[in-house]
Amino acid sequence: MSFICVKDLVIEFTRIDESGSEVAGTRAIDGISLDIEKGSFVAIVGMNGSGKSTLAKCFNGLLTPTSGDVIVDGFNTKDEDHLWDVRRRVGMVFQNPDNQIVSSVVEDDVAFGPENLGVEPAEIRRRVDEALKKVGMYDLKDKGAHMLSGGQKQRVAIAGAVAMRPECIVFDEPTAMLDPRGRESVMEIVKELNSEGITCIMITHFMSEVEQADRVIVLKDGRLLCDRKPSELFTDRAMIDEAGLEMPALIELRDRAGLPESLTTTADIADHIKAHRH
Amino acid sequence: MIRDITLGQYYPGRSVIHRLDARTKIIATFLYIIELFLVNNFRGFLIAAAALFAVIACSRVPLKFIFRGLSAVFLIIAFTFVINLFMVDGRVLWHWKFLTISYEGLSRAFFMAVRLVLLIIGSSIMTLTTKPVELTDGMEKLLKPLSKIGVPSHEIALMMTIALRFIPTLMEETDKIIKAQQARGADFESGNIVQRAKSLIPILIPLFVSSFRIAQDLAMAMEARCYHGGDGRTRMNEIKFHRGDSVAALLLIAFLGVIILSRQL
Repeated sequence: MSFICVKDLVIEFTRIDESGSEVAGTRAIDGISLDIEKGSFVAIVGMNGSGKSTLAKCFNGLLTPTSGDVIVDGFNTKDEDHLWDVRRRVGMVFQNPDNQIVSSVVEDDVAFGPENLGVEPAEIRRRVDEALKKVGMYDLKDKGAHMLSGGQKQRVAIAGAVAMRPECIVFDEPTAMLDPRGRESVMEIVKELNSEGITCIMITHFMSEVEQADRVIVLKDGRLLCDRKPSELFTDRAMIDEAGLEMPALIELRDRAGLPESLTTTADIADHIKAHRH
Repeated sequence: MIRDITLGQYYPGRSVIHRLDARTKIIATFLYIIELFLVNNFRGFLIAAAALFAVIACSRVPLKFIFRGLSAVFLIIAFTFVINLFMVDGRVLWHWKFLTISYEGLSRAFFMAVRLVLLIIGSSIMTLTTKPVELTDGMEKLLKPLSKIGVPSHEIALMMTIALRFIPTLMEETDKIIKAQQARGADFESGNIVQRAKSLIPILIPLFVSSFRIAQDLAMAMEARCYHGGDGRTRMNEIKFHRGDSVAALLLIAFLGVIILSRQL
């Protein structure tokens, strides 16, 4: 069985009107079913308001389904008795680097998750050091969180998730507020974690990040528009337009220059151009 | 302006004082403050000041750091001084129209000012030599026994941790809002006090709203990291009493004795 299994998921937000009765609100997620395999790297894309972040919050039980089920490693997120089992398996990194760091000191913040799990102090120390080394922040472990750059803060947030030894990490637009250098360093860490067997689910607006995933899920108005390999998505201009996305710059360049569609990577295109220079 | 206040600012170091258990420092500061109110003559203050300077010397915190904290509360000290100076009756020293300074008033004014100065330096020594995180941990441990009678010790400590963490974030946020309002032509610099106070409203309301947004984000992030209250929670750095703490406790008791003796003399 797959690691995360989503069945007919519906998330509906109801509004309470002035008289106190519930008014049917908007459906943020409208009947989505999908499976996420252990160890895969999945990108989720879509326009603003397509339900990406809402879907992400269902993977670790921050939101519980209005109807349908989300099963994580055999645990239903609706089951409150196993909520902590779900959350320790599925870590999460949010968009705003500032608003997810709890403690003023880097290493204390990374320790927050394991402390909540009730891990032994010596073991927490070991996990924190290991997680900080993994994201390349070990040298700054005594620093104040407010002294760090956005990219560094985001790396601390990732370390905070890694220290809980999750099997899956959901990244909710972790690079949206970063500069290019911070974005690159975060992406490198994500790929590294994925290569170590951690399932990575990445919500993003950047097509260059989608290209690096094994699989891309496109959402529109709370529905699943398509679910395929990134290279297959980028050959389908109609789908890209329908989802309100943009082609990666590289593919755009290839098509405008009239190069063959079989070329999909930077190296391919560079070789092709070199070979045909004269 | 806000940056000038040393109260609550940590000065990194590895001195004897820095290495003391946070609980020892909290209790010592408390006792020191109580002792300052036990003192009833200048001789007592001399002893208290000597002890304080001995501690400062041990802590190796530069004096200018300590006095910077004092300058922020200078107005309060000056105010207390003036009020005492004019309000206490006694042998008249100087008289002009309705203003009278008595001998007792002068002595009381100095007395109060010295007490305040020592009090502020004493407590800022604690915050200068203790990391905020250790301070809140120490608080949590000290309040633990009270949790049996319903004092939420863990929650209080966590609230302090988060408050300290978000001071710089909220300051940045304030800065951003001020700049945004200035870009729209808001004027914070001219006008009388009432107008200036009113011009703060367009800063405070967005700040209030954004702090709620931050709180919501943070609560979500904490839940995602399995936060579920203080039950079953462990700590990475267990705080422990060392030999230095017993020495400090003995010195503290000796100091208490000396202060009480100084009252009788």
